[in-house]
Amino acid sequence: MVKDQEFLISKASYCLDLAKKMGATDASVTVGHSISETVNFRNKSLEASDRSDGLALNIETYLGKRRSSISSSNLLDENIKTLIEKCFETTKITPEDEFNSLPDKNLLAKQISNLNLYDETRFENDKKIKYLKDLEESASSDNQIINTESSFTENKSNFILANSEGFCDGYKTSSFAASCVTVAKDENSMERDYEFSSKRHLSDIKQATDLGNKAAKQTIRKLSPKKIGSDKISIIFDKRISKGMLSAFASAISASAIARGTSFLKDKIDQQVFANSINVIDKPDIIKGMGSQNFDSEGVNSNTLQLIEDGILKNYFVDTYNGKKLNLKSNGRSGGTTNLYFEKGKISYEDLMKKNSRSLYITETIGHGSNIVTGDYSVGATGFLVEDGEFKYPVNEITIAGNFKDMFKNIILANDLEFEYSINSPTMMIEGMTVAGK
Amino acid sequence: MSNFFKKSDLTRQDVDKIVSETLNNCDDGELYLEESKSESILLDDNKIKSSNYSSDLGFGFRAISNEVVAYSYSNEISKDSLKNSSENLKSTLKSIKGTYNHEIPKSNKKFYEDINPIEQKTLDSKLEVLNKVNDFLRKKDGSVKQVTASFAGEQKSIEIIRSGGEALTDVRPLIRFNVSVMLEKNGRKETGVYGIGGRQSYDDYLKNDNWKNVCEEAFRIASVNLESKPAPAGEMKVVLGPGWPAILIHEAIGHGLEGDFNRKKTSAFHDLIGEKVASEGVTIVDDGTLDNRRGSLTIDDEGTPTERTVLIENGILKNFMQDRHNARLMNTRSTGSGRRENYRHIVLPRMRNTMMLNGNQTQDEMIKSVDKGIFAVSFGGGQVDITSGKFVFNCTEAYEINNGKIGSPIKGATLIGDGPSILKEVSMVGNDMMLDPGIGTCGKAGQGVPVGVAQPSILIDKMTVGGTKL
Repeated sequence: MVKDQEFLISKASYCLDLAKKMGATDASVTVGHSISETVNFRNKSLEASDRSDGLALNIETYLGKRRSSISSSNLLDENIKTLIEKCFETTKITPEDEFNSLPDKNLLAKQISNLNLYDETRFENDKKIKYLKDLEESASSDNQIINTESSFTENKSNFILANSEGFCDGYKTSSFAASCVTVAKDENSMERDYEFSSKRHLSDIKQATDLGNKAAKQTIRKLSPKKIGSDKISIIFDKRISKGMLSAFASAISASAIARGTSFLKDKIDQQVFANSINVIDKPDIIKGMGSQNFDSEGVNSNTLQLIEDGILKNYFVDTYNGKKLNLKSNGRSGGTTNLYFEKGKISYEDLMKKNSRSLYITETIGHGSNIVTGDYSVGATGFLVEDGEFKYPVNEITIAGNFKDMFKNIILANDLEFEYSINSPTMMIEGMTVAGK
Repeated sequence: MSNFFKKSDLTRQDVDKIVSETLNNCDDGELYLEESKSESILLDDNKIKSSNYSSDLGFGFRAISNEVVAYSYSNEISKDSLKNSSENLKSTLKSIKGTYNHEIPKSNKKFYEDINPIEQKTLDSKLEVLNKVNDFLRKKDGSVKQVTASFAGEQKSIEIIRSGGEALTDVRPLIRFNVSVMLEKNGRKETGVYGIGGRQSYDDYLKNDNWKNVCEEAFRIASVNLESKPAPAGEMKVVLGPGWPAILIHEAIGHGLEGDFNRKKTSAFHDLIGEKVASEGVTIVDDGTLDNRRGSLTIDDEGTPTERTVLIENGILKNFMQDRHNARLMNTRSTGSGRRENYRHIVLPRMRNTMMLNGNQTQDEMIKSVDKGIFAVSFGGGQVDITSGKFVFNCTEAYEINNGKIGSPIKGATLIGDGPSILKEVSMVGNDMMLDPGIGTCGKAGQGVPVGVAQPSILIDKMTVGGTKL
């Protein structure tokens, strides 16, 4: 069983008391416990089982404007004492930084609403095995599938965040995740693809057979790919790739990137950065949401933020430290985004596919090709050539490139938004990007 | 050396008994204990942004029978916790019986010293260096708008206890020093990053103003990029510089030669042992035995001494990299390549220091032979799809080549190629092999481990450059 609130609070209080006793002017501590169990299958038989049970402790001590931190997995009182001593010694010789402080007391979360993030259902390993058997049975039904690997993970976590301003709160969360990776082979090629489902509640996990079928189907259709010539062509991003544009956008509007001046979106508040049909929202209070939270990693209350309104940049993601630098109040985004999404577009998926007589549909990108300083984007890609709304043939060993500043202004979104993950996007089209191939 | 049971209710006899009794009917497995101490100090935006110290202690208990791996970890070292894990492993493997393989090779060689780099240098002296870095770069040129510099140090002590009570230990130091600088000129911003590191003390890096060389290099890369033009798009010849660009070898070839992907036949290389996979003159080894290198290990995380494994010899595929589990299932021996990020993770076959050895041509000859192409000097990260064999990496410093001459610098572009065929496109191998500066971390299945790479300059006849200029 995951440790209860009482145990975590007692450890957190012990740390805060000790830090105060040693002379710290302020302190903040997070204590967490997490238990997770994973079963792995390969080619319809058990391959591995893995159980993890982990405690984690993070402490920050302040001496005026000096701050340092320690982390440990060993929660024995004796060890905690040694570590806090070491932490405070370090704090004393760390230079002052005028922006170091605990969050503003008025901004701390006051009441915790029940977002239904914890499902206490215990899914025994035998049941995981049954699920994975069904999944792999359906994933391997086509004889072009030569390898299947799948896993089921169950995780239960609990945490307490406490600081010397009197904040002390935390809650349990759970997650269940099933995934399947399949390999297909024909005389010309070998290809891999995947499908997964990750939810707070067990009952929301996709059916095993659906997951297996989908993974297999997505893999088989990639067989015998061709390389296309270099060209300017309109690109359609599958949902699993289009949400990556939001991740890049989120890093570019984090207060830390803005304060350091290392973002291509610095000084762009109230300016047009996306096409004027685009709205981007970060909503922390979605019931059962994978990114939902009552407060951020500093205890600051987080509300829904409209980041892009009709294409115009309205907000950054602000934490206490960088907020002070920018003269902005924290909006509860220390630790990043919550449930971030593009509002759905007006055009249907089918119409988006037919919008141009020839386009490239991208299902996977590889490489770390997003430069947040300049906005330059260049990644390896695989996908399909689309003609008159239909997949013609699979394409690989190409790259796609552009600059976010131009790409964002040319985004067209379909109306097929679904809330599957913590970051969600409809299918997306961007016109005028460069494809490098033959 | 850590005494892992000193503060627990366990005696060494208790532990041996639980381990032996759990693994008795299994093919392999061990109790892996780990204590790590690490620090990271970061200067950013003119200030010491963070100083963090962390300590971690825990065990991972593994039992393997036939193809099934059961694993359980905890950061509580106690009789209850160990017994719980033991029950967990036994229940997973209850219907599969194996015969324990007691054999494990031995070696007295050590490739780094038993030191704790964190304690060898005071925090004050590290802060002083970071501040000097900041001042040095900001005074150097008015275009410097942002400086980030960091130290990371670690000491990891491990003990591996096998069935029957055999114990193997290792103490591993690791340090890293990194500088990132952002320049702004005429409204354009570009970044340059450089770092160094290895399994040794900070002293070697802090003496003789060595840190200045790191600053100069980061500044030089950023300056080059300020002048960069859009990169070309399409297939062309590519000359790779020596050293760090060998991450191409790591991504394109290395991952595909790891034992697990080949046992599962999901690697494009699985049926190519003995076949020609590279041009003549191309020899690639994976070596865990280089002194003080980031990817070196005295023993791997299963207790096997590391070695220099020949992967490709003169163009012919010779060996895969193996841990004990995959080696047993493929009827071969471990190459000392079994690694894990820490006690929370299972062992996988991984690279150590992956190197292409010298040929006899010069970089000049390569450049002169190219009519239209690019010269790539430094890279950011790379990635590979093992199954299709396609891999990418991102240039952080590259130039156009026109009519045998190096031209303008070009913007960061992704290069994409096909792993199984790329080495057949290598038409010249240089005589200037260099090790990378000690900065690589390889990710696989969510686990990051420190690695090294090395290569001489090479000429690749055909690769796709992912620029924007058609």
